[in-house]
Amino acid sequence: MTPPSASGPECLLKFDKVNLKFDEIVALDTVSFELHAGDTRVVLGAAGSGKTTLLKAGIGLIRPDSGKIYLFDQEITGLKEAQLFHIRSGVGVLFQEGGLFDSVTVEENVAYPLLNRAQHAESLQEVEAKVREALRFVELEQTLEQYPSELSGGMRRRVGIARAVVSEPPLVLYDSPTAGLDPITANTIMALIAKERDSTNTANLIVTQRYQDGQLMANFRYNRSSGHLEPVSSNGAEGALGSNPTRTIFMVMKDGRVVFEGTQHELEASQDDYVQKFVPKHS
Amino acid sequence: MLASGDAGARLLDFLKPPVAAIEDFYVLSGRALRNLFRGPHYVDDIAIQMDIIGVGSLPIVILIGFFSGFVITMQMARALEQYGATDQVGQIVAITLVRELGPVLTALLVAGRNASGIASELGSMKVTEQIDAMRALGTDPIQKLVTPRMIATCVMLPMLTIVADFVGLIGGYMIAYFQIGLTTTQYWTNAYQALQYNDLAQGLLKPFVFAFIISLVGCFYGLRTTGGTQGVGLATTKAVVAASVWVFVVTSLLTRIFVNLH
Repeated sequence: MTPPSASGPECLLKFDKVNLKFDEIVALDTVSFELHAGDTRVVLGAAGSGKTTLLKAGIGLIRPDSGKIYLFDQEITGLKEAQLFHIRSGVGVLFQEGGLFDSVTVEENVAYPLLNRAQHAESLQEVEAKVREALRFVELEQTLEQYPSELSGGMRRRVGIARAVVSEPPLVLYDSPTAGLDPITANTIMALIAKERDSTNTANLIVTQRYQDGQLMANFRYNRSSGHLEPVSSNGAEGALGSNPTRTIFMVMKDGRVVFEGTQHELEASQDDYVQKFVPKHS
Repeated sequence: MLASGDAGARLLDFLKPPVAAIEDFYVLSGRALRNLFRGPHYVDDIAIQMDIIGVGSLPIVILIGFFSGFVITMQMARALEQYGATDQVGQIVAITLVRELGPVLTALLVAGRNASGIASELGSMKVTEQIDAMRALGTDPIQKLVTPRMIATCVMLPMLTIVADFVGLIGGYMIAYFQIGLTTTQYWTNAYQALQYNDLAQGLLKPFVFAFIISLVGCFYGLRTTGGTQGVGLATTKAVVAASVWVFVVTSLLTRIFVNLH
């Protein structure tokens, strides 16, 4: 089992006609897509449409009834749980509520992926330095000794991002990163996700109900020299990658099926009633 | 024919969940035991759990152990008085405590205190996606959460039982000395001579088996929790009830075996 390297294989995540049912409820219905290095895929859909199931199936937390899922070019659908732990350690995941361990401090939470993976070679000093760097990235370095319960919802989400990216994984999955947050905090969270994507060229799978989250990922890029997010049209990137310089693809799910897949422009131009519900009228 | 077919289907539907639960419990137990022989071993977690389960339970075990010996001696002294054999009270207290009451009472206390604690802690982790997060971060939750609790309970419950037995005997001695008027030598010699290797063996084997039951039942119900905080409460209740019932069932079986061996 080859560990995923930082450069990563070209196709990081692939769903091939994946079906999954919970009793009689269809959670995933013939879902197929590919996520390549540097891609951003934004999955929109109503509650219960199968978004979170898709994300969890992507790292083998839930097994599909049929179809195949490939993670870092390895088919994971037939692997045992013990074989999956090693592959999963190459994926960063932010859960809907952060999924932070509430009985340990923020520092221990963020250090967890580094200290608990099968082959960790870093010394404790190196781990501490990486943890500080990850928390500095989300602007929460001062919370090292605090417990998750002492933080606000937005701060917990930011610590969750720090934990997801501390091991510098080539693929990061975000489950509703802005759910339940006020618009300003939600924007801060999405800006951090875009900053992470553009700083390390990671691939992202973002499950969300908010069109604005995808809009930010599609239209903004983090400028390392200025340290700010900038519209993609102003940094000259558009010419190199056509009308989708951030390589952001939108996917809309309904009752476990993918009912739309395409760029932001295609999403906005869609005439499908369900798809249109996710696009604000003024955009 | 149709009616019998329906009844058969209903019976199958009725039996499916408990049979599936038993299967899941065996799978969990098997994986927890298998993890004893393969890494990584979370030594810090084992030490923390030993502190919570062992040291944390010590005061209540001492208290209950003491009063058990206290009460048994009072009751037995009254019964033995009819035969003029109150000087034999140490023997009865020792046998009752070491063979049965010490292991069972300690197990029930630990079940109430720790099976519930384990189930509620793991249940809360389950409903707040911390278990999924652990799996997603490349850690086996059974290796990290279940095996350390199982090891810690298996180490600490026999020790707690020894403490409960000893403190119980002291409780009995207080009554024997101050109320019945036995001498120290009379009581302790009687108690010591009453105990055989068979008694000590079952007195130590039982808590070891109970420890597996308590820890694994607590973890099992915790990891199966669904439905938010209400689900956590339900899992906690189920864990305590199931662990307590199994302690009684298993002690009956083990006592039967040891009685036959004697």
